[in-house]
Amino acid sequence: MSVRIYVPADSTALALGADDVAAAVLQEAARRGIAIDLVRNGTRGLLYLEPLVEVETPAGRMGFGNVDEADVGALFDAGFHNGDCSHRLALGLVEQIPYLAKQTRLTFARSGITDPLSLSDYEAHGGYRGLRQAVTMAPADIVTAITASGLRGRGGAAFPTGIKWNTVLRAPGIQKYIVCNADEGDSGTFADRIVMESDPFVLIEGMTIAGLAVGATRGFIYVRSEYPHAIAALNHAIQTATRAGLLGFDVAGSGRAFALEVRKGAGAYICGEETALLESIEGKRGVVRAKPPLPALAGLFGQPTVINNVLSLASVPIILDKGPQFYQDFGMGRSRGTLPVQLAGNIKHGGLIELAFGVTLREILYDYGGGSASGRPIKAVQVGGPLGAYLPPSQWDTPLDYEAFASLWAVLGHGGIVVHDDSADMAKLARYAMEFCAVESCGKCTPCRIGSTRGVEVIDKIRAGSERAQQVILLRSLCDTMLNGSLCAMGGMTPYPVLSALNHFPQDFGQVAGDEIAA
Amino acid sequence: MTSVDTAGARRVIGDILQLHAHHGQLGQDQLLPVLHAIQDRLGFIAPDAVEGLAQSFNLSRAEVHGVITFYHYFKSTPPARCTVQICRAEACQSMGGDALLSHASQALGCALHEHSRDGGFALEPVYCLGHCATAPAIMINDAVHARVTLARFDKLVAKVTATTEEAV
Repeated sequence: MSVRIYVPADSTALALGADDVAAAVLQEAARRGIAIDLVRNGTRGLLYLEPLVEVETPAGRMGFGNVDEADVGALFDAGFHNGDCSHRLALGLVEQIPYLAKQTRLTFARSGITDPLSLSDYEAHGGYRGLRQAVTMAPADIVTAITASGLRGRGGAAFPTGIKWNTVLRAPGIQKYIVCNADEGDSGTFADRIVMESDPFVLIEGMTIAGLAVGATRGFIYVRSEYPHAIAALNHAIQTATRAGLLGFDVAGSGRAFALEVRKGAGAYICGEETALLESIEGKRGVVRAKPPLPALAGLFGQPTVINNVLSLASVPIILDKGPQFYQDFGMGRSRGTLPVQLAGNIKHGGLIELAFGVTLREILYDYGGGSASGRPIKAVQVGGPLGAYLPPSQWDTPLDYEAFASLWAVLGHGGIVVHDDSADMAKLARYAMEFCAVESCGKCTPCRIGSTRGVEVIDKIRAGSERAQQVILLRSLCDTMLNGSLCAMGGMTPYPVLSALNHFPQDFGQVAGDEIAA
Repeated sequence: MTSVDTAGARRVIGDILQLHAHHGQLGQDQLLPVLHAIQDRLGFIAPDAVEGLAQSFNLSRAEVHGVITFYHYFKSTPPARCTVQICRAEACQSMGGDALLSHASQALGCALHEHSRDGGFALEPVYCLGHCATAPAIMINDAVHARVTLARFDKLVAKVTATTEEAV
């Protein structure tokens, strides 16, 4: 009997040499006359262990972390293919690694376990049960289930998904659309990428259910050009689902149509803003639209459009499969279900951590993350991407909950956490936030287009110590204009990292307590 | 070199336009897919291709030019033999991204947005490759590399240099 060995083909694993490892495994096995069945699975999300090679044994899957192609010969010598865990890279049963065992995997239930491109694997692990349930339901009942689950938009704005769908369901329109925002441009976020690369069918299933719910027959997935592996996986999975009758003119025998298409972005961060994204699909510059009208009423090509983030749509199948109450039972306050936390930057154990809302930042940083990668004290963490606030140690006991973060003048956003150790210069990071806004602004509104460039100049003066007290007042005034006068979150939220850095780390701006009052 | 005025390039673009038309019509929503296809095949979108594209899409030249120049990914000049993109986003900065950039700049002999003197390398910034848990990340042509130390950077560049020299 052949041994089943898993080597991930997730792009982080590939970026760490997984293809070379896979080739070495095949070669060594052939040389030794050992029959193996090599599966290229997705990632478990334990990115600090990639490439994480797994061997199937009667007891479960044994893991071997950070495998280099040079280790493969020694792994075979140690009998790893028989499940022998004497090699120094052995981790024991993967399911029992605390980092993974303590998580609540709902959206990422299959990630790393299955072959992402195998429809039969997907269905064997609970896939397409949600859709099969949905085809028996009236559209309004599907929308009601999503509303009852408490699911809120996982892209960052946390708008209730069911309410958005209901607006589209009731809107008159000849052709409605489902658009998936997979323009995951925030630094420190990679959960969308993992869904698309490691479990693409769950996104396709979620979008198909959305189509049935609101009466849309066409869908688009807008993926950033920096994610070629995700694009390839989605295109492959869409073809497979279409051939299996799960997309196309007659979805799962329902007599209703739903077709999906992937559209590739072109390196514009602003296209993660929903209206700029719609402009981009229409073949235009990714310039933000004024709202109203809401995309739900006049979205893509002027038609009623559901536009949701990857994680929101990927959470839909399990809600239909297990019922809204099952999902609603996880979480705290008005944040229901699970949040896939993405732990990144200067952290020992970076990766994907899916948990019910309510866990604290400190638990994430130390219990899961194991402290900084450099071994130095952690100074600040930025939560929610480049437009999210920097949080100092005094705020790390905050639970991950949309409202708790809002009360601190911070955002939970998409759940990305970037860690900085004490060598970080917060004034430099504040300058970077302004510079990034200047590079990526679509240019439509003045506070964002001009404000960001002036922001860089003002922070440069503060750092150089020229008229520092006055420049700090100017920076605050500029941030106020950007916050209140910008058309979208790009200009409107750039002040979050800037002001939080200034408020919590004034010493990095050459400020001492009382400076501003004196000015 | 920045011209499509060769029969080969014109034919490639013609084929791409035909492939993206529905019932002989090119909708504007096909503009980005067409631009991607041209860049995939020819390496860049030459400025003198704009007029033909505008006619095919029934758009003004300004509109087509506007779209090409809005998106960082589209290039209007021929690419270097090897493009090295260094992630400049926060997660990579927290893991020594700045030091990596200055090292790369010195090793390749060019600053950001520039080509090396022999034209072999281009050094470009990129804002997040999605490998933030294994930072810093870079991309060399189409391949992403994570946890890139200075020594690993040199090794990767040496490998590329060796393979491109073989190809020449």
